Amino acid sequence: MKNTKSIFAVFMALSALFSVSSCKKDKLKGKGTVKLTFDSRAGNANFAYGTEYTNAAGEKLTFTKLQYYVSNFVLIKEDGSEYVVPQELTYRLIDEGVAGSEVITLPDIPAGEYTKVKFIVGVDSLRSTMDVSKRTGDLDPAGKAADMYWSWNSGYIFFKIEGTSPASTRTGNVFMYHIGGYGGYSTPTANNIRTITLTSPNAIEIGEGRAPEVHIYADILESLKTPTTISIANTAVVHMPMAATTFANNYADMFKIDHVHNE
Amino acid sequence: MKNSPAQFSKPAFLFVLFAALLVSCRKEKNIKEEIRFEIPANFPAPKYNFSSNPVTTAGFELGRKLFYEPQLSRDNTISCGSCHISFSAFTHHGHAVSHGIDNRLGIRNAPPVMNTAWSDEFMWDGGINQLDMLPIAPIENPVEMDLEFAIAVQKIKNNPAYPPLFKAAFGTEEITGPRLLQALSQFMNMLVSANAKYDKWKRGEDNVQLTADELDGYHLVQQKCASCHSTDLFTDNKFHNNGIRSTFTIDSGRAHITQLPQDVGKFKTPSLRNLKYTAPYMHDGSFATLEQVLDHYAQGVKYSPTLDAELQKNGILGIPLTAIEKQKIIAFLNTLNDEKFVKDRRFAEQ
Repeated sequence: MKNTKSIFAVFMALSALFSVSSCKKDKLKGKGTVKLTFDSRAGNANFAYGTEYTNAAGEKLTFTKLQYYVSNFVLIKEDGSEYVVPQELTYRLIDEGVAGSEVITLPDIPAGEYTKVKFIVGVDSLRSTMDVSKRTGDLDPAGKAADMYWSWNSGYIFFKIEGTSPASTRTGNVFMYHIGGYGGYSTPTANNIRTITLTSPNAIEIGEGRAPEVHIYADILESLKTPTTISIANTAVVHMPMAATTFANNYADMFKIDHVHNE
Repeated sequence: MKNSPAQFSKPAFLFVLFAALLVSCRKEKNIKEEIRFEIPANFPAPKYNFSSNPVTTAGFELGRKLFYEPQLSRDNTISCGSCHISFSAFTHHGHAVSHGIDNRLGIRNAPPVMNTAWSDEFMWDGGINQLDMLPIAPIENPVEMDLEFAIAVQKIKNNPAYPPLFKAAFGTEEITGPRLLQALSQFMNMLVSANAKYDKWKRGEDNVQLTADELDGYHLVQQKCASCHSTDLFTDNKFHNNGIRSTFTIDSGRAHITQLPQDVGKFKTPSLRNLKYTAPYMHDGSFATLEQVLDHYAQGVKYSPTLDAELQKNGILGIPLTAIEKQKIIAFLNTLNDEKFVKDRRFAEQ
């Protein structure tokens, strides 16, 4: 009797497992889209132009410009398998002054439960040296990239923040941080491309007929904080790759996935 | 039968003959003006990726118009051709440094625009890694044309002369930054200088012979100069400190791009072609004559920590050169002047 019971229990457990997995398979099939929203934050507060914040150095500051490139998205499953989004689709300039630029929709992703999102802050070195036929869309130096391109040292500015601060000793109390540098063409130079891997608090369920939304927080003040606290009084202007490396190293913990909406 | 349509009256026949002649003339003209990029037999393989932007006649003509277009500057006074003049092998002959917009002076000598397809790093400091992206630098430079590139493209869009030219070159009238840059690349890539006396001798054309002095000069250049001025392009397209100065506070050269101390005072090796038309010489235009240049290498080289190893062999600064050797080298350098190139009407402002 006992034996029968346990056999029954095993049977029940197996069938439950089977039904769950078959259910999952039914649920996530084919291909689907995912929407990534890069929500600019200032610590715990929402980020906005004209609002006064205090940086980690204790200096008051107000932003007038925030623009940065993200590209080369990769979605990763629990087992470590990766889906590399076709590169052409991934170059996006997020511009605080352009509503909608923070929302990135990636199409045709194979169904599955993804747990990590990987991307580059900036533009990869290969693309940074390609001919102009490969510089369309957000990479067009006569278009969206107009303010994000160094003409004298051909390459993109990856991350740009500007504003004013009483701590700045520059004319108009301005600060300008232009972070670029793809590593050099024939001579290795400062490489300020940074790869960010974010772990999602819950699985991102992608499949046919679904459109999950991944809400990413980008804490702009954090880019001035860890591991190196930036003081505007000490450094108000950065527009060369080497000095920008400190800032690029600060990206590491400025992004996080706050939440995911699965349907 | 009398008025059979197959038979022409005399005037009609003459008319047809005349029309046929016209057509054939036209054809000949077209053939003559057709633009084709060709690799000279004595040159290495080009570095430009022609598969994404092949040179076409219409693209070249659009590029030429843009090259001579002053609207690409803030106040419509300066074009690319202002400082890159065709009969000076596309330099600003006679100017140590060029005067750009509002007569502002730069800090560097305008380099020749020639054989661009064989280079993948441009400017004296190599800051530009793609020919297509090059024109943005002088257009935006505050001492050159001082105009945001996006605005430059907008001005071209607003000029009614251009839509048909873009259509001819690219299939539609749409004017974009990438198309504008591609057209300029097509024009620049056609600026191939490979028809000097030396080239003809090297390729065995027209029975051209070098004189004894020229030949001696050739061997001297191979022996004493070719570590930098290599191949038939006469440049290694690399960066060297050739001892013009001992400090580089005004212009750190390559280090401005790499920010590396070992690159301070290094500048891209210029070609030895067309020197007759491109004086003054060096990145800052500091030498007016070839004699001064050779005197510099013989006894004027200044030491600094990044000085090229070839210029301080065996603890001696510079390259030992006798007066006779200098003369012979100059005789050879004169065989690199390509008159056909500087007088090519296709390359001049139309």
